[in-house]
Amino acid sequence: MLIHCPFCGARDHAEFSYAGDARLKRPAPDAPEAEWLDYAYQRDNPSGPHEELWHHVYGCRRHVAVTRHMSTHEILAARFAGTSGVES
Amino acid sequence: MPRYSALRLIREAFNRQSGWTPAWRDAEPKAGYDVVIVGGGGHGLSTAYYLAKLHGVRNVAVIEKGWIGGGNTGRNTTIIRSNYLLPENALFYEHCLKLWETLSLDLNFNVMFSSRGVLNLANSDAQMDAYARRGNAMRLSGIDSELLDRDQVRRMVPHLDFSPSARFPIYGGLLQPRGGTARHDAVAWGYARGASDLGVDIIQNCEVVGLRMGSAHIEGVETTRGFIAADRVGLAVAGRTSQVAAMAGLKLPIESHVLQAFVSEALKPFLDTVVTFGAGHFYISQSDKGGMVFGGDLDFYNSYASRGNMPMVEDVASAGMSLFPSLGPVRLLRSWGGIMDMTMDGSPIIGRTPIENLYINGGWCYGGFKATTGSGWVFAHTLATGEPHPLNAPFSLDRFATGRLIDDKGSGPYPWRH
Repeated sequence: MLIHCPFCGARDHAEFSYAGDARLKRPAPDAPEAEWLDYAYQRDNPSGPHEELWHHVYGCRRHVAVTRHMSTHEILAARFAGTSGVES
Repeated sequence: MPRYSALRLIREAFNRQSGWTPAWRDAEPKAGYDVVIVGGGGHGLSTAYYLAKLHGVRNVAVIEKGWIGGGNTGRNTTIIRSNYLLPENALFYEHCLKLWETLSLDLNFNVMFSSRGVLNLANSDAQMDAYARRGNAMRLSGIDSELLDRDQVRRMVPHLDFSPSARFPIYGGLLQPRGGTARHDAVAWGYARGASDLGVDIIQNCEVVGLRMGSAHIEGVETTRGFIAADRVGLAVAGRTSQVAAMAGLKLPIESHVLQAFVSEALKPFLDTVVTFGAGHFYISQSDKGGMVFGGDLDFYNSYASRGNMPMVEDVASAGMSLFPSLGPVRLLRSWGGIMDMTMDGSPIIGRTPIENLYINGGWCYGGFKATTGSGWVFAHTLATGEPHPLNAPFSLDRFATGRLIDDKGSGPYPWRH
């Protein structure tokens, strides 16, 4: 798979370290346990497009939010992860 | 169903082999069943078999979207072991192993279970200490384990790299002599034959496309061959667990990942045990046909593609080469990928769901094959009685909410690291 890092361009996915679902939002410390359960453990696990974080470890070291199709591995979009993504 | 025996082989030899019949009935779906099991792999079929045999529940259907055993049952490296650290895992997998030991006799079908031993290599002092601890924990759970030193490993597996320049010097290993391998196709066929013989309907080419929900329970399953009513529904769909559970509105602590496996061209007898390498991640055995069967890590990203990528092929091959340099000239025959339903603590989920008559058997990560026997055994108990057996009670879905996780490796909620 080639991941289009916004800074480095198209790079082999072996340069990246996978960091999972990009849409998770860390709940407030005093949020109900159900929200923490959802954040820590429960996943949508779709078979279609999935937004996920890849850390460009052997490149610019930025986190990239990649939209990738789970059944074909086709990469549909890639952007720098904003502050809304999880920290890995 | 006529039994298989040596006498029958001889009789058929004089009878132009004309007396053999199909091993199981390819059934048409009825309007409804006491229990519908979604997924005709090893786990679903063994569940149906034990439901009919041990619990007298015979009005059972196993629904399979493709053909039986065509999913992960036929896409693994067939390793069987119970060498776990935590007591919940050790006791459950030991029960599985005990069932394996008598399975061919029980099913009257040769599953070619071979107790050739499973040897975990240690490549550092720290790993020797960790294996001493794991071996002792296993013995406390009543499971055989032997800590071997370097010379003992060398006598067992002389082809390993024992040279002074070895990239990973071998310090010793932890051996479970009763572990081994079995023939995966035969496991699916044997359970199917046994279950079908007891009255279970095995329905192939029938995909579940929806779960019909009542107010608080499930009325049945919508399939490509029509609606099938069910008093109880059990899911045993491996990598697709999240998607089928989503049909009932459930969100699970599972991610689907791809795991590759490989088989080489056939060699003369080379390796008579299973060797695993924990300093990297690699496991290898030799099939009865002579092929070297091996695998390593997941590809480390979510996937439903049933195929992996080249970096992991290189990683697995290099691990194999560092252990067995003499495998260098051997050519790969095939490689394949399977979809693993990886849970957040690396242990399976077997038991009840928030929906009254829906039960789940999934999250087998990449260790499901060895559990085929016991998984069906405890799931049959759960489906028949409505309550988990003490062996699968710790593997409940709600353990993620209550915090009673079973994380054998201690990796945390990163499913691709288990």
